[in-house]
Amino acid sequence: MQKTLEEINQRIKEGKAVVLTAEEIVGYAKEKGLKAAFKEVDVVTTGTFGPMCSSGAYFNIGHTTPRMKLGGGRAYLNDVPAYAAFAAADLYIGANALPDDDPRNRIHPGEFNYGGGHVIEELVAGKDVRLEASAYGTDCYPRRRLSSYINIKDLNEAVLFNMRNAYQNYNVAINLSDKTIYTYMGVLKPNMGNINYCTAGMLSPLLNDPYYRTIGIGSRIFLGGGVGYVAWQGTQHNPGVARTDGGVPKGGSGTLAVIGDLKQMDARYLVGTSMLGYGVTLSVGIGVPIPILSEEILQSTLVTDNDIVGTVIDYSSAYPNLRPGAVAEVTYAQLRSGKVHINGKEIPTASLCSYSRAREIAGKLKSWIEKGTFEITSPVAPLPGIDSGLSVRPFNERPIGDSNQHLL
Amino acid sequence: MKTSKRIVLRFPQRLVDRPIVYHLIRDYDLAFNILKASITPDKEGLMVLEITGEREAYDKGIAYLNEAGVKIDALNREVTRNEHRCTHCGACVTMCPVYAFSIDEESREIKFDAKKCIVCGICIQGCPPRAMELHF
Repeated sequence: MQKTLEEINQRIKEGKAVVLTAEEIVGYAKEKGLKAAFKEVDVVTTGTFGPMCSSGAYFNIGHTTPRMKLGGGRAYLNDVPAYAAFAAADLYIGANALPDDDPRNRIHPGEFNYGGGHVIEELVAGKDVRLEASAYGTDCYPRRRLSSYINIKDLNEAVLFNMRNAYQNYNVAINLSDKTIYTYMGVLKPNMGNINYCTAGMLSPLLNDPYYRTIGIGSRIFLGGGVGYVAWQGTQHNPGVARTDGGVPKGGSGTLAVIGDLKQMDARYLVGTSMLGYGVTLSVGIGVPIPILSEEILQSTLVTDNDIVGTVIDYSSAYPNLRPGAVAEVTYAQLRSGKVHINGKEIPTASLCSYSRAREIAGKLKSWIEKGTFEITSPVAPLPGIDSGLSVRPFNERPIGDSNQHLL
Repeated sequence: MKTSKRIVLRFPQRLVDRPIVYHLIRDYDLAFNILKASITPDKEGLMVLEITGEREAYDKGIAYLNEAGVKIDALNREVTRNEHRCTHCGACVTMCPVYAFSIDEESREIKFDAKKCIVCGICIQGCPPRAMELHF
């Protein structure tokens, strides 16, 4: 038996849709049975909230008097460099950008208190942001310097565009060396002193639709507190990794590129984030609705943290040297219990993404759908699946020899 | 006998523009070191001082401050959590050497037990959204 998206959207419009979060559906389907649950449930909502480094925002500041061509010039937002390589009035700011005078890791571990992610958070929060720009003059764009406050409400377009978010599973990090290391997976104590992980597990969007049956290009989503869309597969989308029998990838796999109107968003779900000794980033809240079109699709949403396996990777040596090899495999249920046992050692665990806020996002998306304000879209094209042959390649390094005189 | 103490002074609004610390130092022959000061004209002021001097002079100085209407507390450094910035990610949980952070099983939110905190400050730079703050 199948349901159509039109039927589901009709029920949403009438305010009659039955919507459950990816947590709630597990107990519900257990109680009612798969067939009965399939008949009743229209949509399952997912959520995730964590640091997502390949995030950024672009916007148009409007034309100055006299006109100025930012493209090819330089621009800073609260001293953080923005990318000025488009037309006259467009800028893009990346979440990892740092002020030129930030000391980085010169005194290790660097603090990384402020960067692109924080600029995006402040813009969304409606705060004034300092724009300082310089450019070369042209006959049609003579102005060369600009120093002014800008505010999101005055921008022509302000768009969050993240080229890789919502990883379908992720590495679990450990440190096998004898000194503390500072990584994007947090502070890792020596000799397997702790384990850090970073996924919303059973609430995570792509773990509830492991074969991308409903999530695709054009899917309408919760993004940063507003409405956004899946724009494309994310960079490093890697559907072909090893999976469990249930289809759950054992490591980083599918990813999403997402886009949405920054003006609608909320700083509660876009938080500037500092990783000690690593850098700045943006914590992003994403929620994806899964229309329950078939029992198969419903079955996938019943995934629990017991079914999701994470691969424990050594971040002191294997990861930085791009060497394969796992320390262990653990389930997210084990990770969430607060400790795991590896080689006879009890190791405390911590998460870098907020499970409580992921739950809040799934709940918020559920309420939007129940109220009839958020309809489900059918993807205009699928994400590359496990049969696509798409896989992530490492960098193909071809060193440039000294004989290449033309470069000197 | 010499004594050296760290104290927190809170100046009510009416005292903010009076030279109280000047008198304390000059009239009672005390040495001082400012650890923290935040005084806004027409508002309350807060000052953390380390005061060194003869015990008798120190006591008289404290009496002078009391009489002038300054509120005095022994220095009490504490780490607090800015609830508005905390995202409840949990990065602090394994970082803290005395396990002052824990996860609530039901809500999956991170609980901070200030009573366990030894004010080592590790969580302050380790907190990704910078929600942990050191207060005097």
